[in-house]
Amino acid sequence: MKAAPFDHHAPETVAEAAALLAEFGDEAKVLAGGQSLLPLLSLRLTRFEHLVDVHRVAELHGITRTDDALRVGAATLQAEAEHDAVVAAAVPLLARALPHIGHFQIRNRGTVGGSLAHADPASELPTVALTLGATFEAASVRGTREIAADDFFTGTWSTALAEDEILVGTRFPVWAGRTGYGFAEVARRHGDFALAGVAAAVALDADDRITRVAVGMLGVGATPVRAGAAEAALLGTAPDAAAVTEAARAGMAALEPADDLHATGAYRRRVGAHLMETALGAAIEEARRG
Amino acid sequence: MAEHHIRCTVNGQARRGIVESRTTLADFLREGLGLTGTHLACEHGVCGACTVTVDGRAIRSCLMLAVQAEGATVTTVEGLAGADGTLSPVQQAFMDAHGLQCGFCTPGFVMSVTAFLEANPDPTDSEIREGISGNLCRCTGYQGIVEAVRLAATRLRAAEVGA
Repeated sequence: MKAAPFDHHAPETVAEAAALLAEFGDEAKVLAGGQSLLPLLSLRLTRFEHLVDVHRVAELHGITRTDDALRVGAATLQAEAEHDAVVAAAVPLLARALPHIGHFQIRNRGTVGGSLAHADPASELPTVALTLGATFEAASVRGTREIAADDFFTGTWSTALAEDEILVGTRFPVWAGRTGYGFAEVARRHGDFALAGVAAAVALDADDRITRVAVGMLGVGATPVRAGAAEAALLGTAPDAAAVTEAARAGMAALEPADDLHATGAYRRRVGAHLMETALGAAIEEARRG
Repeated sequence: MAEHHIRCTVNGQARRGIVESRTTLADFLREGLGLTGTHLACEHGVCGACTVTVDGRAIRSCLMLAVQAEGATVTTVEGLAGADGTLSPVQQAFMDAHGLQCGFCTPGFVMSVTAFLEANPDPTDSEIREGISGNLCRCTGYQGIVEAVRLAATRLRAAEVGA
């Protein structure tokens, strides 16, 4: 099918984009890479009178590293972040999640900020952002503000961004010391939406005790979710394999994935526990080597 | 209904056209420029039949608006063969290894594989399967396609050494 008619706007600054969003209100939508929005428009699952295309807004592009954070401009291509040595060194979890997004042709157009703002609960980047506790930078004609990841994802395809706000960039915390990361997901075919997935990060002290742990899941709720029970079970311990298995079981037991067309909740729970064990095991193993 | 004048380079030639906001790059290539080698099937980013390269990156032309291609350099399947009709190494490998049956998906596969082998000239079988996972074929069962990618990779590496 073809999309219903709309007007295409190509602002060159964030201020111009924000002014367009303020002018058109709920008749407008931000277009970044279009890899989620254009299918929705083509299938006529949604319709907007105005698309505000931020592709040419130079200040939305680019990756910068500070001591404690990696900032990714919202319109930075997923493919650029995937192959960026700074990303791989500063936030390994992000680098490992990126290749799981769609196919390489999708990542060649899809943007980091677009995926985050689209907030599909089965997608990878929102889960990474929630797991690491990223900070979102939003702009509108009313000014700028920052939104914590815990407050950003409000439901399926829903975020705390107001209708007149644009996501400008996302800051991912850089973990210091002996750290390790794991990312695992299950999809029917490579590139399909995942049925379930897990992002895990750990930091260890000199005695291999876990001083910091974060576990996030995709595909098991209306938003990405933290597996708090697994984190609580592991924090302060130096777990063996059995303890990791038990923590993953506890983490999954606290969540209630729903049935849908693609998998039952029971299947997601079972595969989720296994993925959590795999991702946590890999993260701990990597941190111990560090 | 807004209309836009766009200019871009397609297969080495400067082209221009007038498009609606909603016109996809795929529809502009096919209907505006008559380049019907770029095929359309699903039109929502699943099948990969419409794959072209834009500024060197393989993309789905049904998931890009024509107006977004302003100033871009686009290559379609029509731009791969030499001026004398000599097939590109990837095209020739698909022919030699029976990488197609009905041929509908083939332009998309050829464009994807051309970009894939530029990024990864010596892929493993598993990397090949991942590399073609964004393109659907309903005839071949993929064995001939995987063989074609292997053959193209081998020939391209040999040509690189010989060059």
